[in-house]
Amino acid sequence: MARMRYAEALRDALRSEMLRDDKVVLYGEDIGIYGGVFKVTRDLQAEFGDLRVRDTPISEQAMTYMCVGAAISGLKPVLEIMYADFLPLTLDALINQASVLPYLWPVRVPMVIRTQGGGGSGAGAQHSKSLDALVAHIPGIKVVSPVTPADAKGMLTAAIRDPNPVVFLEHKLLYNTSGEVPDGEHVVELGKAHILREGSDVTLIANSKMVLEAEKAAEDLAKRGISAEVIDLRSLRPLDTDTIVASVKKTSRAVVINEGWRFGGFGAEVAATITEQAFEYLDAPVCRIGGFDRPIPYSQPLEAAVLPDAEKIIAGVLAMDGRAG
Amino acid sequence: MADAASSAVIGRNAPDPELLLDMFGKMILVRQMEERLGELHKQGRTRGPIHRCDGQEAVGIAGTAPLRASDTVTSTHRGHAHYIGKGLDPHRVVAEIFGRVTGYSRGKAGHMLIADVEQGMIGGNAIVGAGIPLALGQALAHQLHGRGDVAVTFFGDGAAQAGICHEAMNMAGLWKLPIVFICEHNEYGLTAHARYQSAVEDLVIRAAGYNMPGVKIDGNDVLQVYETVGEAVERARAGEGPTFIEAKTYRLVGFSTSDMGGYQPQAEIDAWRPRDPILRTRKLLLELTGEERIRKTEEEAITACDKAFELALSDPLPDASEADVPEFVGAH
Ligand SMILES: Cc1ncc(C[n+]2csc(CCOP(=O)(O)OP(=O)(O)O)c2C)c(N)n1
Repeated sequence: MARMRYAEALRDALRSEMLRDDKVVLYGEDIGIYGGVFKVTRDLQAEFGDLRVRDTPISEQAMTYMCVGAAISGLKPVLEIMYADFLPLTLDALINQASVLPYLWPVRVPMVIRTQGGGGSGAGAQHSKSLDALVAHIPGIKVVSPVTPADAKGMLTAAIRDPNPVVFLEHKLLYNTSGEVPDGEHVVELGKAHILREGSDVTLIANSKMVLEAEKAAEDLAKRGISAEVIDLRSLRPLDTDTIVASVKKTSRAVVINEGWRFGGFGAEVAATITEQAFEYLDAPVCRIGGFDRPIPYSQPLEAAVLPDAEKIIAGVLAMDGRAG
Repeated sequence: MADAASSAVIGRNAPDPELLLDMFGKMILVRQMEERLGELHKQGRTRGPIHRCDGQEAVGIAGTAPLRASDTVTSTHRGHAHYIGKGLDPHRVVAEIFGRVTGYSRGKAGHMLIADVEQGMIGGNAIVGAGIPLALGQALAHQLHGRGDVAVTFFGDGAAQAGICHEAMNMAGLWKLPIVFICEHNEYGLTAHARYQSAVEDLVIRAAGYNMPGVKIDGNDVLQVYETVGEAVERARAGEGPTFIEAKTYRLVGFSTSDMGGYQPQAEIDAWRPRDPILRTRKLLLELTGEERIRKTEEEAITACDKAFELALSDPLPDASEADVPEFVGAH
């Protein structure tokens, strides 16, 4: 085990997989000499050359189509889309090609789109979004969002080896967080949620940076005598419904937290799943905490108002419990 | 005294010394503003990076000077010169960058998305290339309204590679829309040099493919920018369709204030420094108006900048409840 930053853990996975398999190639804007704006691909071009680590023009749609084509023809492209806000430019390739062709033809599309989203840094309405629900809506595409450095490494390794297209969601406020990361080969199976904290009164289900907020909320709730179980979804699609449902059967209450917009958001999918599979165990309706349904404003007090955080999670728990105010 | 000299340097369609002085003052204001923003960023007082256009001021200022308020402009993430050139109030620009209620969007938009509909600035954009098709739509409206208004869109050489740029240019050529495409070719996208982004060095040759005139100019020459854009705007007003202007320029500082640098060779920066449009315009003005008027203009620009920051930094932040306003409801 070594202590590592999230960004380094991702780089470790990319480098190991490139050493292991020469079909793994990286594309993206400014990923070469500059090493990516979040430094995940630092020095990889120097090590692997500019055919395997390649700067692209600002052409997200063409880049994504290109990766679909390359994957069909035997490469394993890992594409960096600088901000999740630009995912809409890739959606046609995902919705109409990557997810469709392997269903119709005897082809595989083993590609990964790495991108980062999330608010909290004042990056404004076009650089702060969480579009998890948008990509998770597409059948045939895996969508994952690791929160720890260990998962960052293990899940990126699994994503690269996966024969399907995977959208790999990072968060801009996670790159500098650090944690213990297993040395050598480390693979975390995609599609498995992780119980981070055991509890008996309420289940907090979150992904990406919201897991950290859920943990904070759980600490606080413990002081108030409420025992919260915290589940890190890790993978949105496939969704580990077994872990979620088993937990809710135990606690009888669920709060689902996702940073993306609440309306039609990913939390709704989880809430509906719980209602379908554990309705008779629930003591209260499932509570959804999500991003405020507005573009993300820039000014600090406004941005703080629209993003979910520990405080809002606590308020949600207390309200569903009838213990508020 | 200046008349003989001015007719020698300034050709048809060119600004008179007063206009040149005005553009000079605006370039100084933009430079000052960005330097101050850079310092405040270092002190940790800005949210997010600041995209400075040091060295590119001539394109933004002279490229907007021939326009009237009803002409529309779309800008980029690097819009300060476009904003000031189009007549925006520096105080409200700075206030927006600091997220204050007096900013153009009461702090909602921030440093990359500034707009002022009344001045025809609609607006900055943080999605690379997005301003181009938005301007296409504005041009469509101008064509329909028949008032002779023109849409101008500024974009970088990086944005010129986006598919949407090609699609928009084709439609503009096809429908003879009143639009002027101004590419600020500053040699870099974010950190990647144009040679890694474009198959051709001079983007202007693409104009032929869209059946519109293409003009390559020295983007650091205020007069050339003013004249070329002026002519393109006249053509558009007259219903003769779009023009593609490729203004060769250079950004003397990093991509943004959070740029770690290292990708722009020092020799390249040094070679461009003497071509700084502010220095060049100053030299030109020396012959036309003399040192005293220049000094006065410089002082006025600096004072205007001081005042903008002083006001903006003492303005309040919006109340959290404003996040709930469903849509922007006009100037405040
Ligand atoms: C669609 C999209 N892709 C990528 C980015 C990230 N990005 C912001 S600015 C930039 C480079 C833009 O280069 P250019 O158009 O030449 O403008 P310059 O910065 O040189 O003024 C990139 C890649 C973005 N904002 N939008």
